[in-house]
Amino acid sequence: MSSIFTTGHRAIGILYLRLSLAAVVVGTLLSLVMRIHRLWPEVPLPFYGLLKPEDYLALVTMHGTLMVFFVLTTAPQSGFASLIMPAQIGAREMAFPRLNALAFWLAAAAFLILMAAFFVPQGAPISGWTSYPPLSAIPSAGPGQGAGMDLWLISIAVFCLSSWLSAVNMLSTILTERCPGMTWSRLPMTVWAWLVTSILTLLVFSVLLAAILLLFSDRHFGSSFFVPLGDLVNGRIVGRGDGSPLLWLHLFWFFGHPEVYIAVLPGMGLATSLFANFSRRNVPGYRLMAGMLVAIGLLGLLVWGHHMFVSGMNPYAGTAFAVTTMAIAVPSTVEVLGWLFLLSRGGLRLHTPMLFALGFLSFFIAGGLTGPILAQPALDSYLHNTFFVVAHFHLVMAMAGVFSLFAGIYYWFPLVTGRMMSETLGKIHFWISLIAAYGTFLPMHLSGLAGEPRHYERLTGPATSFSSILANERGITSSALLLAAAQLIFLWNMIYSARRGRKAEPNPWQATTLEWAPEGKTIRVQRGPYEYEVTAGNAKFFPQWESASKQE
Amino acid sequence: MPATFTSHPVEIERKDPGIGGKPPVDRRPTGGGGDGDNWENRPSGRRGPRELLSRYRLGVIFALAGDLMFFVAIVSAFFVRQSAGHFDARENYVSDWHPLAVPPILWLNTAVLLLSTVTVEIARRQLFREIDVMEEWLGLGRPAVKRASPWLIATAVLGVIFLVGQWIAWKQLVLAGFHFDSPDPSSHFFYLITGTHGLHLVLGVLALGGALIGLFTLRRIELRQIVVDCTAWYWHTMGIFWVFLFALLVVFQ
Repeated sequence: MSSIFTTGHRAIGILYLRLSLAAVVVGTLLSLVMRIHRLWPEVPLPFYGLLKPEDYLALVTMHGTLMVFFVLTTAPQSGFASLIMPAQIGAREMAFPRLNALAFWLAAAAFLILMAAFFVPQGAPISGWTSYPPLSAIPSAGPGQGAGMDLWLISIAVFCLSSWLSAVNMLSTILTERCPGMTWSRLPMTVWAWLVTSILTLLVFSVLLAAILLLFSDRHFGSSFFVPLGDLVNGRIVGRGDGSPLLWLHLFWFFGHPEVYIAVLPGMGLATSLFANFSRRNVPGYRLMAGMLVAIGLLGLLVWGHHMFVSGMNPYAGTAFAVTTMAIAVPSTVEVLGWLFLLSRGGLRLHTPMLFALGFLSFFIAGGLTGPILAQPALDSYLHNTFFVVAHFHLVMAMAGVFSLFAGIYYWFPLVTGRMMSETLGKIHFWISLIAAYGTFLPMHLSGLAGEPRHYERLTGPATSFSSILANERGITSSALLLAAAQLIFLWNMIYSARRGRKAEPNPWQATTLEWAPEGKTIRVQRGPYEYEVTAGNAKFFPQWESASKQE
Repeated sequence: MPATFTSHPVEIERKDPGIGGKPPVDRRPTGGGGDGDNWENRPSGRRGPRELLSRYRLGVIFALAGDLMFFVAIVSAFFVRQSAGHFDARENYVSDWHPLAVPPILWLNTAVLLLSTVTVEIARRQLFREIDVMEEWLGLGRPAVKRASPWLIATAVLGVIFLVGQWIAWKQLVLAGFHFDSPDPSSHFFYLITGTHGLHLVLGVLALGGALIGLFTLRRIELRQIVVDCTAWYWHTMGIFWVFLFALLVVFQ
């Protein structure tokens, strides 16, 4: 029971990560069902029967919602931040510990409400994680758009409140709870990232909440914010006024694009820390790297329109959004070049967390490179809603995000359990995951270039035939199965190492940031977060918790 | 300054309530400003008598910044929806937006809400009068509580009057034929804006009630200051939000 009513930041962080683990397991299974169904659409599913096209769309919706909200937002932003951030700034607790617990339980409730959508009549919603109206605004527009869609809206509304409370807490903690001497230029890069993502969360989740309120009102109270005039559903006119579906797109993507950065910025902060640690070097251009994290966050608020190039938005607005979108490549490139410069000086210690951080970098580059392509309105009008887009965001958001999560778990595992995870299993897990992830998502670019649309449940049919890319799809599906299977190694490693793993030393990675400080030490920070040195083959490091007088 | 760099283990031994061993007073009647201590050089929990207060204030300000974005989203939806129209078969531009004349009682409600902002500010300042704070801190009496509670009650009453006034405005609109689900988008927005703002004020009245209970039950003067101070800032913000929302409903129809 004590774990239920706990307000300790570490316990809450672990609870968040467990919630994410549950979500990622369900989300992965859904994606595997989708992959298998695309190859063998006529094979009935055990315990279910034949998968109908609308069932496939329900799988897409739930997969996206689970992964974006309950994995890529919850784990890096709320989970790791609750677990690590107070310790990293030398605070004993969050600013408002009970608020943190409340935020977690709201997130858990949101997860359960979302899962309930599978079990209501007509099942889960089918309008995708973006829930575009009018499909999402009209309960009769399709199966799952009644009770299932309502549950989706309630779930995400509760999740918005949870994120909002969590962000208030993070910001207050970072601003008021830093230990003496922990100045802005001594913050670890992860804390900078959590600071930026908390600001983004605060600003954009409220907008999503407002949009959900408007959509709910359209569905149940007869308003017409989003339903266009003369909207025809099943031979019945349901449009009541000049509602604008574009309005939803604007509100949603004002949230949705910063959401991408909420998912990936903590990974960038963590990667910076790990690169410094495992190459035993100071971060070059600390102020620049931190400043670019902030710049990415701020620019991220101004680019939402690039999701809407072909939506009927004013083409001049499209041009403006194309410019801001390409501008965001500048700070991203600065970050990448900073990392490459740090790594290029050699002497890397390739432990599992470092491998996953390098994997993060690899996906960030590989997925990021297609970003400026999709940012061109002319190119996007061809590529929009094809698998090219799916490939892009699965590499840059999903895989980069998940690999940074793995890096964080391998890195902080000894801090939480006092034991090391198995390096051998970790390396096997890394290499299979890396190859299988590229095997899954790189060929999707080709499917997309061949014109294969998203959301089609089968490739061959009376109207369209993509039989020529079936071979490609087979490769993707087998690779996806391998990717999922590799995670069993990770799960086994985690469960086994927590009980039987090698005992960890007090500071196993010889890190400098404060979460590794010995218990009960009065901390007065007098140095930067990444003071590593290699002099004449002799590696030295100066942790933040040690006073400057001991330097020599 | 070698003394600066030596740590004092005794500092973490003490279970410090965050008051820094000083009464939470300030020369200024508003209770604003810092405590004059060197904030950066002290650990959390020992940063002067205003530490807890400033932490809670900061939390409330961040929460309200998020809340501001909520209303910004609704207001931008208002303008987008207002400009949405279509061309009919004869290429005439048709808009379904009919400006809504707000019920005149809203002016009265606005005046009541502004008055309540004044009363809540008076209540808040009672908690920061140095002589009273000192007396409460020393445990000699509860002069600040005695002075503040009538003003808090007055604020809550004015808040309830405002809410009743809004309810009457809704009733008047319904009688005039403007329901929420009437096809006119401007009436949707009227109900949506007044409704969400009203919900915030219901929470505000509950918070005032909580602050009033807290005034009499909380043992530490700094906690009594916090409940009143945070409620007051919330209430002020809702007042400011209403002024802007009211201007939107009156002028920008």
